[in-house]
Amino acid sequence: MHKQSRISGHAAALRIANFDTDQVMPKQFLRGIDKSGLADGLFYDLRFDEAGQPRADFFLNQPPYASTDVLIAGPNYGCGSSREHAVWGMQQFGFKAVIASSFAEIFYSNAMGNGLLLIVLPEDQVQALMQEADDRGAPVDIAIDIENLTVRTQKHEFKFTMSARHHRMFLEGLDVIGLSLKYKPQIDAFTQKHWDAQPWVKDVARRTIDRLA
Amino acid sequence: MSAKTLYQKLVESHTVASLDAENVLLFCDLHLMNEYTSPQAFAGLDEKGRGVPIPGQNISVVSHIIPTHNEAPRKIADPASLLQALNLKKNCVKHNIPLFDTNDALQGIEHVVSPEHGMVRPGMVIICGDSHTTTYGALGALGFGIGTSEVEHVLATQTLVYRLAKNMRIKINGQLPAGTTSKDMVLNIISQIGAKGAIGYVVEFCGSALEDLTTEARFTLCNMAVEAGARGALIAPDKTAIDYVLARCPDITGEMKDRALAHWATLYSDADAKFEKEFECDASNMAPFVTWGTSPDQAIAIHANIPTKESFKDPVEKLSLEQALKYTKLSDGQTLEGTPINHVFIGSCTNGRIEDLRNVLTVVGDRKVAQGVRAMVVPGSGAVKAQAEEEGIADKLIAAGFEWRKPGCSMCLAMNDDVLSSGTRCASTTNRNFEGRQGRGAITHLMSPAMAAAAAVTGMITDVRKLQGAINA
Repeated sequence: MHKQSRISGHAAALRIANFDTDQVMPKQFLRGIDKSGLADGLFYDLRFDEAGQPRADFFLNQPPYASTDVLIAGPNYGCGSSREHAVWGMQQFGFKAVIASSFAEIFYSNAMGNGLLLIVLPEDQVQALMQEADDRGAPVDIAIDIENLTVRTQKHEFKFTMSARHHRMFLEGLDVIGLSLKYKPQIDAFTQKHWDAQPWVKDVARRTIDRLA
Repeated sequence: MSAKTLYQKLVESHTVASLDAENVLLFCDLHLMNEYTSPQAFAGLDEKGRGVPIPGQNISVVSHIIPTHNEAPRKIADPASLLQALNLKKNCVKHNIPLFDTNDALQGIEHVVSPEHGMVRPGMVIICGDSHTTTYGALGALGFGIGTSEVEHVLATQTLVYRLAKNMRIKINGQLPAGTTSKDMVLNIISQIGAKGAIGYVVEFCGSALEDLTTEARFTLCNMAVEAGARGALIAPDKTAIDYVLARCPDITGEMKDRALAHWATLYSDADAKFEKEFECDASNMAPFVTWGTSPDQAIAIHANIPTKESFKDPVEKLSLEQALKYTKLSDGQTLEGTPINHVFIGSCTNGRIEDLRNVLTVVGDRKVAQGVRAMVVPGSGAVKAQAEEEGIADKLIAAGFEWRKPGCSMCLAMNDDVLSSGTRCASTTNRNFEGRQGRGAITHLMSPAMAAAAAVTGMITDVRKLQGAINA
């Protein structure tokens, strides 16, 4: 993850509630063993018709929206499958942040861990931003100050919150696994104590497979 | 000592370190992997030269991409999918991680395979790069889905940086009436609390309605809790759960068994534990439930009408209704009963277990699959398949006109070659009716195995209770 303290660019609205990760990144794009090529799959069924031609009525296919950086989305964005490909695809397409009144938990964790900023605002504020986008009929200029936790457009300025840990991750660009490995002595001590207390959970997968073999 | 919920007890007993007010480093007892959400995690480990310190607490299953044609040995024709399967094997061999491979007799869906062989035990923390890991709450284990970066984190540390959830209690009173199952129960509850009704919460199910539910029925309930946004689902382990576990764990004997039983007896929410959110309902009023839209919360009782546009005040919900009905080609205010279907899919981690198949056969009886309907049965695992064949269920369903296929996730997410064509309407025992989920333009109606069986033999969405004589036709 790289350091980020500000995001500025264009925002546009996607007025769909419960927008699931199947729609963000359909299954046919999940067959790789690396992270490449996922921008092609982003919102595929919305962006392309059944013949694979771009749908003219979908906003991302219209020139002014081609460089949308921030998505203003409906509630429960990212529900459904745990597929992190949805996050990678959004980033490869150029999205840097999503604003919604709620996000699915796994998606939230996937996105923030990868540096795709998710901002939770009350639904009326999300609606106000969507209205601003509608009124303008073009992408809205947006500036997100991660350090001071504010979202600013021409018409609005809203505050948001995030956990202290995520805040640090964005500002300092931390490697989570590297940080957790610093707890190796505590993990080892915990593991030993845990297995002494509950020997029936020790090596449970290995022992089961050996028994079934 | 202050009162604690079951969830709080499970988290506390697995906390290696407290990181800040919201996050802990959580030890994971069992980590399940599949072929499509793990490759980039293994690649990440390799890039950094990191190993897997405790491989025996991890297990892999080839499940999502696997073809279900009745051929032996199974061959994965799609080159990209084949590469995923081979890559999983390569990574498991390299890191000494147990694997149920493509042609292993016990291969199946990860959430069916692991409890049926005793890998899920009360009080464990279980994680997987798949959202339906909430299933294991049925045995008093905290299970939840994670993303690929977290898969890498678990492989490298056997822990997870875990954001603490809040506590929600769903109390289900009464008893389910004849013709209804825990699938109807969970669809009913999700339709009431909404697809985001449990976001940020771990749900504990309790109440008299659970007492009569078998463990497999409880799996269905906990499996779908994620469709309400729940970060986990729990049921305090009772005799039903413990008998299920002990029957599958020959290694838990003697003194170890006494200790295990003593520990499992502590796995309940204290009487005065605090739940931040509560929901209560009565199972005795419940009826078979079917989804009409493109989100699992868009569901109604079989005899009810799809909500009208006018009934929604919230503009977002009203728009959702319009968008969903446009996709499912239905009208607001109409009933679902009598809607013709083209396809029936019975399977998935929600309803691909042996009891589900027994339920299907009970409804099918001597009837045949209706003309023009394609009905597929995909057992949840090799063990389920073998048992259904031994019990004669397979032969009877084949004689009735069902396709009897090999185990896997199959048409639940249609990541293999079992895909529906556009405009096809499917009665499905799966967990998600999202747009395009079972194939681009395909329409999914979620329902119980019994209801799917009724749809198969009548060719339309049908109240199974009418076939069972439980209510008048």
